Amino acid sequence: MSLLSVRDLTVKFGSRTGPVTALNGISFDLARGERLGIVGESGAGKSITGFALMNLLSKPGYIDGGQILFEGEDVAQMSPRDVRAMRGDRMAMIFQDPMVTLNPVLTIGQQMIETLKAHRKLSTQEARQIALVKLKEVYIPSPQDRLDQYPHELSGGMRQRIIIAMALLLDPKLIIADEPTTALDVTIQADIMALLLEMCQSNQVGLILITHDLGVVSQVTERTMVMYAGRIIESGPTRSIINDPQHPYTQGLINALPQQTPPGQRLKQIPGTMPTLATMPKGCPFHTRCALVGEGCMTHVPSINQFGSSFVACHEVHRLQNEVPAEDVS
Amino acid sequence: MIAYLIKRVFQAIAVMLVISLIGFAIQGNLGDPLRELLGQSVSEQVRQQLRDELGLNDPFLVQYMRFLGNAIQGDLGTSYFFKEPALEVILKKLPATLELVFGATVIIIGLSIPLGVFTAIRPNAVFSRLILALSIVGLSIPVFLTAILMIFAFSVELGWMPSFGRGEVVHVFGYWQTNFATKDGWVHIIMPSIALSSIMLPMFIRLIRAEMIEVLQSEYVRYAQAKGIAPWRIYFVHALKNTLLPVITVGGVQIGTMVAYTILTETVFSWPGMGSMFLEAVNRVDTPLIVAYLIVVGFIFVVTNTIVDLIYGLVNPTIKLGRMGA
Amino acid sequence: MSNSVFGNQPGAPSKPSRILAIWNSNIGYSFRSNPVAVVSMAVFLLIVLAAFCAPLLAPYNPYDPAQIDIMNSEYPPFWVDGALEEFSLGTDDQGRDLLSTILYGTRLSLIIGICAVAVQTVLGVSLGLISGYVGGRTDNLLMRIADIQLSFSTLMVAIIFLAITQAMFGSEVFSRYAVIFLVAVIGVAEWPQYARTVRATVLAEKKKEYVDAAKVMGFGPLRIMMRHILPNSLSPIFVIFTVQVANAIISEASLSFLGLGMPPTQPSLGSLISSGFDYIFSGSWWITAIPGVVLVVLVLVINLLGDWMRDVLNPKLYKG
Repeated sequence: MSLLSVRDLTVKFGSRTGPVTALNGISFDLARGERLGIVGESGAGKSITGFALMNLLSKPGYIDGGQILFEGEDVAQMSPRDVRAMRGDRMAMIFQDPMVTLNPVLTIGQQMIETLKAHRKLSTQEARQIALVKLKEVYIPSPQDRLDQYPHELSGGMRQRIIIAMALLLDPKLIIADEPTTALDVTIQADIMALLLEMCQSNQVGLILITHDLGVVSQVTERTMVMYAGRIIESGPTRSIINDPQHPYTQGLINALPQQTPPGQRLKQIPGTMPTLATMPKGCPFHTRCALVGEGCMTHVPSINQFGSSFVACHEVHRLQNEVPAEDVS
Repeated sequence: MIAYLIKRVFQAIAVMLVISLIGFAIQGNLGDPLRELLGQSVSEQVRQQLRDELGLNDPFLVQYMRFLGNAIQGDLGTSYFFKEPALEVILKKLPATLELVFGATVIIIGLSIPLGVFTAIRPNAVFSRLILALSIVGLSIPVFLTAILMIFAFSVELGWMPSFGRGEVVHVFGYWQTNFATKDGWVHIIMPSIALSSIMLPMFIRLIRAEMIEVLQSEYVRYAQAKGIAPWRIYFVHALKNTLLPVITVGGVQIGTMVAYTILTETVFSWPGMGSMFLEAVNRVDTPLIVAYLIVVGFIFVVTNTIVDLIYGLVNPTIKLGRMGA
Repeated sequence: MSNSVFGNQPGAPSKPSRILAIWNSNIGYSFRSNPVAVVSMAVFLLIVLAAFCAPLLAPYNPYDPAQIDIMNSEYPPFWVDGALEEFSLGTDDQGRDLLSTILYGTRLSLIIGICAVAVQTVLGVSLGLISGYVGGRTDNLLMRIADIQLSFSTLMVAIIFLAITQAMFGSEVFSRYAVIFLVAVIGVAEWPQYARTVRATVLAEKKKEYVDAAKVMGFGPLRIMMRHILPNSLSPIFVIFTVQVANAIISEASLSFLGLGMPPTQPSLGSLISSGFDYIFSGSWWITAIPGVVLVVLVLVINLLGDWMRDVLNPKLYKG
């Protein structure tokens, strides 16, 4: 049995003019200890997916349908009490910006101890010891002192390390990391990502890494899912997604990477912008920006089908496979 | 900690100096001390002599320094009307006002926090809507009108409550007589306390609600939820502490308004405190008493503001206060 | 957010269609769909209209001693036994027709309130613009003064100032200039609220390209501030203005109640309530109650409108 099995997850946002669909029929599986990357532009629904898995959507968002089977239980159907028991214990989350994630008026120790006490019957002393061990694990210098410090006394990188330690406090089965390095200095991004990878590997924790950075995905994850406008448009082993993208959007993303462009040349971009929830076109959501758009693309949403080692949602994927090599030659 | 304290104390002293300067300017320009001392029918020569003796012909700075020196020693002049030291007159009235303020503060703090928090976390509950509707009505009724309406309803029409004075008070120490020792005292202080809190209470409910709603939308509250923390702990530990920081600041700003409201409340209820004494002193042009009131109120204002700042420093860890000594 | 409504764009449509545009905009929609706002606005307009048409509507002139007869004092309103037909809401302690006195008094309260807030706005907006635009030492000084001013309560400062003025000049002279004193003391005290909000907008807008563009095009700072920056701070100013009118009316009433405002011969709502207070024990509750109700309703509808506006315009108000 897989650790996490998401089926047809649909998330909507209530608005004055009626509900708008933010996530549309998301399905995927995650094995124990597996690391999955979710990539896409901002607004594609990556973060919403992450919060939906935690059943932590903020209003006016809500899960409209589908299943989130986590260790056999449907998170979408759990009682608030059970959801709370799961959060932070079996499934932990790392937020984007460590500068605003920690409560400014509570010490690091208080925030770690309360998490332990929320899920285990522990004395404050015992909880403090566990917190100390976890801080050491993430290589925090003089952890004893850190416990009594307030967040504002620590740097962003240090805070994110602490947040990783907090995620590991109760030995979760799954960590959802939502852009864990985007708010940090470039110089420490790699450190944090390496730490996260090391922790997941050594503790056999599953990871869902939400990012827009394909480079990070290729280093950390085993499988990758590309999202566009609230849908999965391609998923498969990270290596094949990076080396042999099938969907024209994924290809566009890969081609836009600076490494793909010889020095001195203009970076290749995907023309246009992603449609918003309000301006969602009929048919394939990508057809407004797609170079290969065909008849069916404007009327029908493509279903997701296997091509090689990946799954792709594109009407024109056959045509694509024939044409892409030709383009490469030129 | 020490640097913070010293800075605060210096600020307080600066404000007190400004207030004393204003007080001194009033004393020099309002009324004529000679007329109060001698009456009208004295020759100009005697007047001049007395002026010299009283130092009224000295340069401004000399007079001000003398005024300041006396004030520091607790000598704020002698009330024309009571023929007693002005400070003593005020100190006799002070406990009545302080007890009234205490009563109102208990009501405000005791009710605004639970009601503000409740209306923030259950915005759609019928009770929340009721509280919010009542709070905007409360905010729209001037303090003196609330007081009058309560007297009309509970004293005149129903006859349940006394409408004026402190009732039976018990001597505690010095000039302090308390309302809180007898049933009669309690009955007398209830309506004035409610009246005094009548605008501040809805104001603080709305303020706490607004701040709480904002805090509840913050990332760290969501993160606390993601850690599986129980709701009560999120509301009362994570959110409330952050909510109270701006509320404490506003509370400090409101101290002056509270003093103004005591004048209104004491006038309506004939409460024998400093506020009603001040208005009487104004009507009698009792200059030393007016000036003394100004200085005492200014002093209370500065002290409470400093205390509020210190509390803020204790609650807010980004102001290093307690840690510096460790 | 509301720039299209308040902004001073060159292509803005002419007056009548602009009002229509507001009516059809989001603001107009949220107004129409909010019964509380509609009723509050209606009641507010009704009170304002009645107050400013007082000389036309009032059956008597309360300022004309010839029309006042002390023998007519303390008649109750029409629904109470013993009422006289010619005094529909009864009479006060001096024998004045209460309806007429209330109409004139409301007019006075409104005038003082609005004028005082106008003074606040002009003072606060200009100091805020200067503070934000000039910056540096001027900014520092002005904001420090604003801090100090905010920490003193308006009402307290007003009470002390008016009390001392009254003691100095005597109540005779004082009551002649009471309106001016009230407007001045309420007006001067609360400018920091505006100044801080405007300053914050200026600081935010100053960084934007169009301000640089205007500078490059050779427009002077005054023109840039008036035509480009000010329109962006209009919605918070509007919200503060509304709430402040309510506060100013309360302050005026409180001061008049203490005898530090309008004299009984020329009563505002506050002094009317004050003069009636002595009579509630003898049963003449209406002298206090009816002007009291008018005062509360007036302040309440303004507060409700202010609340609604705050929700709709959703300005980022500077928090003190």
